[in-house]
Amino acid sequence: MLLSKNRFFSTTDLIGFGLLALLIFVVLPIGLDTFRLNLFGKYLTYAFVAIGLVLCWGAGGILSLGQGVFFGLGGYCMAMFLKLEASSPEATKIQSTPGIPDFMDWNQITEIPIWWQPFHSLTFSLIAVILVPVIFAFIIGVAMFRRRVGGVYFAIITQAIAAILTILIIGQQGYTGGVNGITDLRTLKGWDIRTDDAKVLLYFVNGGLLFACLFLAQLIRRSKLGRILIAMRNQEDRVRFSGYDVANFKIFVFCAGAAFAAIGGAMFTLQVGFMSPSFVGIVPSIEMVILCAVGGRLSIIGAVYGALLVNLAKTTFSELFPELWLLGLGGLFIAVVLIFPNGLAGLYSDYIEPRITAIFKRKFPESKDPGKFDPAKTAAEAAE
Amino acid sequence: MDARPDFLLTVENLTVSFDGFKAVDSLSFYVEPNECRVIIGPNGAGKTTVLDLICGRTKATGGKVEFKNQELLKMREDQIVHAGVGRKFQTPTVYEDLTVFENLEISYPKGHGVFGALMFRRDDEVISRIDEIAETVFLEDLLDEQAAFLSHGQKQWLEIGMLLIQDPELLMLDEPVAGMSVAERKQTAELLNRVIKDRSVIVIEHDMKFVEDIATRVTVLHQGKVLSEGSMAHVQADPKVIEVYLGH
Repeated sequence: MLLSKNRFFSTTDLIGFGLLALLIFVVLPIGLDTFRLNLFGKYLTYAFVAIGLVLCWGAGGILSLGQGVFFGLGGYCMAMFLKLEASSPEATKIQSTPGIPDFMDWNQITEIPIWWQPFHSLTFSLIAVILVPVIFAFIIGVAMFRRRVGGVYFAIITQAIAAILTILIIGQQGYTGGVNGITDLRTLKGWDIRTDDAKVLLYFVNGGLLFACLFLAQLIRRSKLGRILIAMRNQEDRVRFSGYDVANFKIFVFCAGAAFAAIGGAMFTLQVGFMSPSFVGIVPSIEMVILCAVGGRLSIIGAVYGALLVNLAKTTFSELFPELWLLGLGGLFIAVVLIFPNGLAGLYSDYIEPRITAIFKRKFPESKDPGKFDPAKTAAEAAE
Repeated sequence: MDARPDFLLTVENLTVSFDGFKAVDSLSFYVEPNECRVIIGPNGAGKTTVLDLICGRTKATGGKVEFKNQELLKMREDQIVHAGVGRKFQTPTVYEDLTVFENLEISYPKGHGVFGALMFRRDDEVISRIDEIAETVFLEDLLDEQAAFLSHGQKQWLEIGMLLIQDPELLMLDEPVAGMSVAERKQTAELLNRVIKDRSVIVIEHDMKFVEDIATRVTVLHQGKVLSEGSMAHVQADPKVIEVYLGH
């Protein structure tokens, strides 16, 4: 009876994963033209960040307001490779120094800096996409969690790091492309990423990676580690005095969140064709938290829907009412906190799921789950 | 007095000062294997602070705490737990969003590293051990219940169960029967009488009837110092204790 509760996927999870796969791999590609599909692919890159936030914030209670840092680092690592490939001497022969990225040429830099050199290799770049943000997250994690910095203080520090990184990128224009970012990306190993065919293929690669991350997140949540995260959120001291080194668990989940965000960032660069500091700083980082909250910070599936819907709303409303959009976003966040704290996923499990279960019960009355808590039975036992 | 190797726990000259206020002042006491030591004393005597110092929650200003010849003051909280010291907090401290089963499972002494926890499997041995402990703490019918829905007394039992599953050699309990109904109190006294059998226990308690039942020896603390120590009858007859408790 208890073992059945420890299955990798509960029925609810299975339905959730199935419906989401149907939406991403069938409904959207059939229903949308390439332009819109590419747009949805872009929205889904934020879902990677949201999944990481569900683990860190929803499960572990660690609120990071700097996930844009990891999204950006992943995106920049990818962009550096693509930019070097786009800067062949033939393609850049009008520059005063041909063969280097255009923004370096504009800033009177005459050779590719040494730390850019390894990004000529695709293998190195793909490893760096994950490893650079994870190492950075590890350093932040060790510095903060070993000293038992948590809660609001941690949130503020992550926000400060997001601000610092933005300023650094903008200030080092010659090496990073400054406020414009790294733009005009063309090919990946000779394959033009700007064509419609490439965009469709990248959308599916993105979807596949998203499901890989969902699967990993599910693995973490269903393991004892997932339950320890919840335990830490409830009673950190009790976990510590049950023999766990709490800091290690926080560092692990923070690094996992960073890795997910980084994959999202790299896929963003590939699908959108550029990377800039406007996806790194405080505002995008807070938007990432909002879309996680709207989707439901306790549900990895909910987080994906949150990423889709908030970004869709952002595109639609910012076209219709450009001045009001930010106020609307703030209002949405307040509504989530006050009215539905567990987001869309909470609304689903509170209102829709019981009805679905009721319909199933009526159809198959004999297939009652014996593991379910039965109030009548417990009351009878208590009365004895 | 030198630390004798047959003491399980040696506390000597233990001192902690909070901004100059000495909550615990050059405190020394010794706990033998299988002893049940009860610490009593008026409010603010430093009882809870002593437990905090032993389990590493508060860092001592000076002195030493030796457990099985290991210096605990230099160790991290989780290392102290692995050395064999278990601590129950004064208010019931359980994971409210998890079930009773999951609460006990987290305390099961296996898979305590990050990767150990990822790979942890809920095998028959774990399940039967949890069933056994749940029965000991009267929660065998509530294993699937979320801990948030337990009564105050049941939460106290659950936390005691979480400690028992670690099987510590030294168990420290901070007011285990506080806030319980009369019936729960009686049941808890029975439970504690059973669990203190094969280990050393330090208990903080105010209920004198309860103390008389379980104590091997009693230590009376007052203003961070030992006021009196010995059998229950001895400390009750001690004029210094009567003075402190009854006032002038």
